[in-house]
Amino acid sequence: MAIITTQALTKRYGTAVTALADLTVQIEPGITGLVGANGAGKSTLIKTMLGLLAPTGGQLRVLGLDPTRQGEQVRARVGYMPENDSLPPDVSAAEFVTHMGRMSGLPRAAARERASEVLRHVGLYEERYRQIGGYSTGMKQRVKLAQSLVHDPDLLLLDEPTNGLDPAGRDAMLDLVHRIGTEFGISVVVCSHLLGEVEQIADGLVAIEAGRLLRADRVSSMTARTAVLAVEVDEGADELAAALSARGVRIGRDGAALMTPVESPATYDLVRDVIVDLGLPLHRLEERRHRVAELFGSPAAHAAAPAPAGADEGRSGDE
Amino acid sequence: MSESATGTIHDIGYQRYTGARLGRSYSVRSLYAYSLRTVFGLGRGPKSKIFPFSLAGILLVIAVVVAAVKARFNVAIPPLDYANFPGTLSFLLMLFVATAAPELASRDLRNKVLPLYFSRPIGRDDYVLAKLAALVTGVFLILAVPELVMFLGGAFSAGSASGIWGQFTDLVPGLVVSAIFALVLSAVALLVSSLSSRRAIAAGAVVALFLVTEPINGVLAAIGTGATRELAGLTSITGILEGLRTWLFAGSELDIGSYGPAYAAAAVVLVGLCTALLIVRYRKVAS
Repeated sequence: MAIITTQALTKRYGTAVTALADLTVQIEPGITGLVGANGAGKSTLIKTMLGLLAPTGGQLRVLGLDPTRQGEQVRARVGYMPENDSLPPDVSAAEFVTHMGRMSGLPRAAARERASEVLRHVGLYEERYRQIGGYSTGMKQRVKLAQSLVHDPDLLLLDEPTNGLDPAGRDAMLDLVHRIGTEFGISVVVCSHLLGEVEQIADGLVAIEAGRLLRADRVSSMTARTAVLAVEVDEGADELAAALSARGVRIGRDGAALMTPVESPATYDLVRDVIVDLGLPLHRLEERRHRVAELFGSPAAHAAAPAPAGADEGRSGDE
Repeated sequence: MSESATGTIHDIGYQRYTGARLGRSYSVRSLYAYSLRTVFGLGRGPKSKIFPFSLAGILLVIAVVVAAVKARFNVAIPPLDYANFPGTLSFLLMLFVATAAPELASRDLRNKVLPLYFSRPIGRDDYVLAKLAALVTGVFLILAVPELVMFLGGAFSAGSASGIWGQFTDLVPGLVVSAIFALVLSAVALLVSSLSSRRAIAAGAVVALFLVTEPINGVLAAIGTGATRELAGLTSITGILEGLRTWLFAGSELDIGSYGPAYAAAAVVLVGLCTALLIVRYRKVAS
C-alpha cells in the first residue's frame, strides 16, 4: 500500500512557470529519496503533499488523504523538516520542540516528554536547555529534525537534511535518517540534489527534473550498475582504452579521463593490472560521485531497467 | 556520559506515541498561550523581559500611587481615573505595542519559523488571529491589572457597600476603554510589524505611525472650527481612541460635538481593516 500516490499531478505558477508537470508516481513505505537538481520541483512537491499549495491539476493522496481538502488531518500525521534555517535563536531546544509538539496537538505534558525523548534520539539530550542560537549547524539540523518528529508522525518529509553539514555531520545525519526509517518505523521521504548521499540510505528513489518524473524505482535495481570509475593517465589513454575494451570493459570519455562502470569489485583490480601491464603513468583513479544526470540522464546505460511512463519526456527541460 | 556536537545516538529504542492528539483549535490555543508569553518575554532570556516588565511595572506603580493618594487624602486625580487611565498613559502603551508586536510578527519572519507552523494543523488565518489575540490580551493585561489594583485600593478605603459599588461602576468603563485601546493599538502595530522582518525597523515604524499622525490632529484641533475641530481626532490613532472614549463615557475636555458615532465607526473600521490586511499579508508570505 503506497503512502503517497500522485496521478498526473501538475502545478503551475501563473502561466509561465510549470513547477510540476504531469507527475505520476507511487511512493512506498520505507525510505524514499527524492532527487533532482535545485529547482527541479522537489520543494513544490513537498508543499503540495502538505496541502500548502493546491495543485493546478491531477490527483494526490498522502496517507490515503487528499492534502488539498484534508490538509489539517494530513499535517497532523506528517512531519516536515524545511531546507533552510528556521529556528528562533533565543529559546532553548527543549522549549521550542515542546512548543512545536503542542502545535501538532500533543497535550502539554506529553509534548514535554516527547520533546525530551526526540531530542535524546537525535543526540541533543545534554544540550537541550541551551539556547539554539549557540548551537552548531549540525546541532541546529538535529533540532529541526526533532521538531518534525516530536508528534510521532507516520510520514516524515525531509528537505535537504544534510544541507551545510561537514562530512562527519553528514554521515551522522544520514545514519539518523536511516534509523528513523528502519527502527522507528516511520516512512521517510528525503529530498536531495546529491544522489550519492540518498542512495546510501534509501529503499526507493524518485528522480524529477523540471517538474517531470525521470525515473522511480527501488534502489537495489538501480544503483548496482551505477558506480563509475574515472581513470586519468598522463599518456597512453588510447592504449589503455583499447586494452580495457579488449577485456570486455565498457569505456567512455569525459575530457582527459576514461570512464568505466564498476560492474564488480574485480573492475578495480582489472583496471589497476592493465595500467601496470602497460606501464602507464597513472595520474588519477577515482570513483565519481554520481550526479542525477549521470544516473538518470543517459537512457543507454539503463536499457535493462524498466522506465516508468514519463521517463523519456523528462529530458527536454533544462534548468 | 559525554555527547559532542557530532553526537552519540543512544540506542534506547524509539517509542511510538499512542496518547491523545488534540485538534486544530487546541493548536491555535497553544499558539495563543505561547505568543502571550512572548509578549512578556517569558520562555526566553532575561533581556527580553526587561522592557515589557518595566512598562507594566511603571503602569502598576502609577496605579498604586493613585490608589494610595485617593485612600489617604481622598483626592481623585481625574486624568488617571479608570476610564482616563489608558488615554493619559497612551504614550507608554504605544511603546509597549511597538516592542511587543515586532516580537510576535517580525521575529517569526526573521527566524523563518513560519514553515514550521504552516506544516502543522493550524491554518494561516489561525496563526494571524492567535498572534493578534495574544497581543490584545497582553496590552489589556498591563491596563487591567493596574485598574484592578486601583479598584481594590478604592474598595478597601470606601468603607461602605455603596462606596464599593461606586468604585465598581467606575472600574467597568475603565476596563471597556482598556479593551478598546488594546484592540486598536494591537491591530495597527501587528500589521505594521508584519511588514518587516527586522524588529528595530518594525518598532520604529509603529512609533512613527503613531507620532506622525499626532501633529495633524493637533493642528486641525487648534486652528479648526466647528466640525473640523470636532472631527480632528479622526486623523490620528490616539485621537480616534480619545474620541471614542469621550463619546462612550464623557468626562474629558475633548470636543467631539455629536460625532461620537463617527469615532466609533473609525475604530471599528481601523481594527477590521488592519485584521483583514494582516490575513491577506500572511496568505502571501512565503512558507
